Amino acid sequence: MNPAISFRDLTVSYGSRTVFAHLTGEIRAGQFVGVLGPNGAGKSTLLKAIAGLVRPVAGAVEIDGKPVRRRNKAIGYVPQSVQLDEDVPLTGRDLVGLGLDGHRLGFPLPTKERREAIDAALAQVNALHLADRRIGRLSGGERQRLLIAQAVVSKPRVLLLDEPLNNLDLASTHQVVELVKRLAHEGQMAVLLVAHDVNPLIGRADEILYLANGRMAKGALDDVLRPEVLSGLYGYPVEVLRAGGRIIVAAGAMDGHAHAVSSASPEASVMLP
Amino acid sequence: MNPFVMFAFPFARHAFLAASFVAVAAGWIGFYVVLRGTAFAAHALPKIGFAGASGALLFGVNSLFGVSLYSAIAALGIGALAERDRRDVATALVLALGLGTGALFLSLGNLYAADAMSLLFGQVLGVSSSGVVETACVSAAAIALVVAFHRVLLFTTVAREAALVRGASNRTADWALLASLGLATSAMMPVVGALLSFSLLVGPALAARHLAHRPWQAIVQSIALSLVITWLSLFLSFALGWPVGFFVACLSALAYAAARAISRALGRKTQAGAA
Ligand SMILES: Nc1ncnc2c1ncn2[C@@H]1O[C@H](COP(=O)(O)OP(=O)(O)OP(=O)(O)O)[C@@H](O)[C@H]1O
Ligand SMILES: [Mg+2]
Repeated sequence: MNPAISFRDLTVSYGSRTVFAHLTGEIRAGQFVGVLGPNGAGKSTLLKAIAGLVRPVAGAVEIDGKPVRRRNKAIGYVPQSVQLDEDVPLTGRDLVGLGLDGHRLGFPLPTKERREAIDAALAQVNALHLADRRIGRLSGGERQRLLIAQAVVSKPRVLLLDEPLNNLDLASTHQVVELVKRLAHEGQMAVLLVAHDVNPLIGRADEILYLANGRMAKGALDDVLRPEVLSGLYGYPVEVLRAGGRIIVAAGAMDGHAHAVSSASPEASVMLP
Repeated sequence: MNPFVMFAFPFARHAFLAASFVAVAAGWIGFYVVLRGTAFAAHALPKIGFAGASGALLFGVNSLFGVSLYSAIAALGIGALAERDRRDVATALVLALGLGTGALFLSLGNLYAADAMSLLFGQVLGVSSSGVVETACVSAAAIALVVAFHRVLLFTTVAREAALVRGASNRTADWALLASLGLATSAMMPVVGALLSFSLLVGPALAARHLAHRPWQAIVQSIALSLVITWLSLFLSFALGWPVGFFVACLSALAYAAARAISRALGRKTQAGAA
């Protein structure tokens, strides 16, 4: 069977600036992959390339064995930041409904199937209570869950989530990661989730895709988050510290003390004993 | 005085019908204008339409044709420029060009002040029966456009990139709304005039936004408010002899202020209830 997502020799540039070059990899249906890397490494760009939103200068992306194209019901995408007007007259139910048929012409018909599909998506993200609230007045975490519901309501094969854990407290972070894991494993979706901190993904993500310096490492968490692998990516010495079940990625063993280099939360480094 | 006396006159019946069509179109399209924050384009297009109408007077063609042609060119121009630059900059540039040529047409055409006045402020009591049919058709076309693109307009507003993945492009939505605005402008010009059609496009929709929770509620409320404002303005204008546009502008502003006050009062009540 074809992998849900596959990309070969993928190279993306903005103007003369190359973000990353010659990335190759595949993600199977039912697999939950965490995407990590420092700011500007190209995590969002990779997701956009997979979604068909940016055109690669070289290489190709295939979804279910077919070249990626617009009008793709097989892809659910939640971008990194979504700004909404406070007064926008849309409820949670309306927002999720757009994920189902927002590309169609005319007004939506209030059919039973439509209502049930929306309710099911809301229930999946524990957001039934947000169905009739106005979306402009929700908290960041509440909105995030609705956006995930919007992405999954059409039952896509591929789910791309760009930093869905931003603005979430610890409890909600774990809730969302568990939810995403469930969507991947039970719904047989291929999920890419961009995160800033590896720790919420430990024991939950099937694989880690680490981007840095225009290069990529992909594999099981313990195989990727290793000093020799990350040093190879960054091009300078990187340490991976483990403390109390948490992981901190830190740069520069040379000068005797470690500086956090993104990914594993920098703030975690101050929590060292 | 019984205001229904006015229906004894054919010109008053025409005015009532034409104004009602225009009110429905303005209320409906205004919802998307406010939703997407394209108020500046809604403000600019009627003024550009005014230039088109003065051109039509100069060349001796149907003024509705002049308005439609000019607004269409302007809408296309704004859409095309906005792909490269910010939309407000594009709108301002096209507005300036439109008004410039309008000034030229006016001076070349030796228009009487009365002609210019009727374009600027509307002349609803001068609408003929064929004018009513024209207004109805153009309003219906303007509404048909936004109805067709209703979901695309919403989706691209609240989740632009997610919408693009599904094949709903923000550019398509922009074009559809601009084209609809151009048509609505042509329909509104003879009724409320170039200067004040903006207030009917934005006032009721802004008011509805404060009260409604869902898109269809906002649309229905916006249309209802727009109709009430228009009818009241017609009656007042008929009774007092003041221009319709004056009442439309004042009542639109009043509706907005009232809706804000109501929504704030409701908000305070729920807050107090929660506490
Ligand atoms: N539209 C664009 N035009 C030009 N350069 C861009 C564009 N979008 C991103 N870039 C550049 O491409 C690089 C990768 O950006 P990207 O947004 O993919 O990074 P990221 O890994 O998602 O970072 P972050 O963690 O901050 O979200 C950055 O250097 C950025 O400045
Ligand atoms: Mg990013």
